[in-house]
Amino acid sequence: MHEITYREVITPDVFLLKIKAPVIARKRKAGQFVIYRLHEKSERIPLTLADADPDEGTITLLFQAVGKSTMELGTKKAGDQILDVVGPLGKPTHLENFGTVVCIGGGIGVAPLYPIVQAMKDAGNNVVTIIGARTKDLLILEDMVKAASSELHICTDDGSYCEKGFVTDRLKHLVEQGVKPDLCVAIGPVVMMRAVCNMTREFNIPTVVSLNPIMVDGTGMCGACRVTVGGKTKFACVDGPEFDGHQVDFDELIKRQAAYLAEEKTAREKWTCESGQ
Amino acid sequence: MDEKKKSKGLPKKERMKIPRTPMPEQDPKERSRNFSEVPLGYTPEMAIKEATRCLECKKPKCIIGCPVEVKIPEFIGLIAEGKFIEAAWTLKETNALPAVCGRVCPQETQCEITCVTGKKSKPVAIGRLERFAADYERAQGKMQIPEIAPPTGKRVAMVGCGPAGLTCAGDLIKLGHEVHIFEALHAPGGVLVYGIPEFRLPKAIVNAEVDYLIACGMKLHLNTIIGKMYTVHELMEEENFDAIFIGTGAGAPAFMRIPGENFANIYSANEWLTRINLMRAYEFPACDTPIHRGKIICTIGGGNVAMDSARTALRLGAEHSIVVYRRTRKEMPARDEEIHHAKEEGVEFHFLTAPLEYSADDEGKVTEMRCIRMELGEPDASGRRRPLPIEGSEFTIECDTVVVAIGNLANPIVPDTTPGLKLNKWGNIDADRETGATSIPGVYAGGDIVTGAATVIEAMGAGKVAARAMHEYLTKSETAATT
Repeated sequence: MHEITYREVITPDVFLLKIKAPVIARKRKAGQFVIYRLHEKSERIPLTLADADPDEGTITLLFQAVGKSTMELGTKKAGDQILDVVGPLGKPTHLENFGTVVCIGGGIGVAPLYPIVQAMKDAGNNVVTIIGARTKDLLILEDMVKAASSELHICTDDGSYCEKGFVTDRLKHLVEQGVKPDLCVAIGPVVMMRAVCNMTREFNIPTVVSLNPIMVDGTGMCGACRVTVGGKTKFACVDGPEFDGHQVDFDELIKRQAAYLAEEKTAREKWTCESGQ
Repeated sequence: MDEKKKSKGLPKKERMKIPRTPMPEQDPKERSRNFSEVPLGYTPEMAIKEATRCLECKKPKCIIGCPVEVKIPEFIGLIAEGKFIEAAWTLKETNALPAVCGRVCPQETQCEITCVTGKKSKPVAIGRLERFAADYERAQGKMQIPEIAPPTGKRVAMVGCGPAGLTCAGDLIKLGHEVHIFEALHAPGGVLVYGIPEFRLPKAIVNAEVDYLIACGMKLHLNTIIGKMYTVHELMEEENFDAIFIGTGAGAPAFMRIPGENFANIYSANEWLTRINLMRAYEFPACDTPIHRGKIICTIGGGNVAMDSARTALRLGAEHSIVVYRRTRKEMPARDEEIHHAKEEGVEFHFLTAPLEYSADDEGKVTEMRCIRMELGEPDASGRRRPLPIEGSEFTIECDTVVVAIGNLANPIVPDTTPGLKLNKWGNIDADRETGATSIPGVYAGGDIVTGAATVIEAMGAGKVAARAMHEYLTKSETAATT
């Protein structure tokens, strides 16, 4: 059992939870994730770590309530327990002093991006961060990301905050202004990561993306999370979650992510009805 | 009591005349739609009758066939006398998981194949009797904790809570060592819980056997992935373990690498079975984990896992559960009993057939499988005749779900994070077959992570072999430390 020590409602459907998990807090590295299972009947859900505090022995999860399992997690309060938390899973981000690293986060993807921004900065890089969201209210972690980055650029799809436009527009603008990134790290919705990769391919900027396919065990045992990278099948849980974005078959990923849309709808409706949420 | 004495006193000739006692089973039509166990187990009367068939050979050959050296004539003799609890205790002297072995061991190629009774008639049903005694003890609630040696002060870690690790743990506890077992998943048992379906091995039985080991003193750590949370070296250096046994299984599914294999609703057998067995997806939406309930479900492969997958498909409501296998019935690696059960339940078989590629609809969901007919050529390295494609024989099978059950590869997590651990060319751990010793002193390994996918009992045998060597290593290092 893992106790929730702190809860914050970031936006109406984005939640931050600090969870007691001392060993994971001590061992996790940027880019890694955990799998949680709320109770006996729950699914195993992977979530990338947004932060950790080894002294406090807590890990921070920042997630959007989109399906039944995350909606249910979002109702949990400080003092509540989570049945299982396992991790740290996946390979850590490859860190070195590349020079200038552009870190791009879209929507909830800013959460897993944050520790990578920190780690890239610690590795001596000039970290130029771009974060974006559909609208102002959905923008998360602005202050923390700003503090960790060398410079921060913000955009919203609807122009309700900072620049109007997509993260790719900001990237293009920066490159045209003379920024020469040695590496790009992009985390967000698959369509965003695909768009970033299409652009960075043109600019010849090596690009790392963090993938979030459906998973079950998270230890390489089941192959649910298989993705095609460079024409080869990889398991995101043990070979990733980060891959060379220019090699990823995003179309296949989108289709595999949609495999259970009907079941997700059933579960969500049942949950909404039964919980009165 | 009279009847028992009478049977026991029967001359050998008479005993040989008793026919092998059949096992009552759920009706195939009924069971193919439920997840309850298929064989129902012997009654005490049936068990005594069957036990009487044992000739109690002076030099029993059956024991030689058993990887964990169960004292077979001794426990069967006790059943014949009606001493069922004592029979269970005798089993547990050498076998930590008798209720499991009685269900999933391939007795027909191990203990029963060498049974002397079997030379003239059918062999004694050793597996069924083992199951009976273990079940009887559990049902009576008379689990006995065996005698445990005084504490040695040595700490040992089992990596993986499957059959190999549990067996190794059971033996080392009895020898007085402090045993910790680490499991990556949220439930103990390894393949016994995520892989083998409820209708073949009820989870309650696995849990009872694990509880028995916990009662003996084994410390269970769930949700702990060695290689991620602690590396093998950290276990030794920071967590002060004196010896380690790696029994992580063959946890990485093999795929055929044919076009379209990543379409949605194509599962590895591991995923298919894990969703159903461990995550109870058959109860969706009462349980949260979903699974695609296809109408035409094709399973690729001919082993026990393929039989489990295809039989599970029926239980999920498939109209057609089709096994596609590239050789013939004769070459199938699955146990006869499993194939027989699958056929009885209505699983269809396409032999001498190999998939070439898959097609999908606009949503990327599989719709059909293009196959080719095969013929058998000369024997290959496995001794089985090699299947060869027949040119121009391509055809398609319509399907909406596919389960790929063609075997497992070595899981990379422990090998990747354990420098100095020697592997073979397949990525399996290179361990001495006689001792389980690896290239790192104090680190032992056994089960599928060493041999590649094999059986539960072979993994248990490897756990036993390693336990013996580890005990020697631990007690020797003690002598070394004090001198």
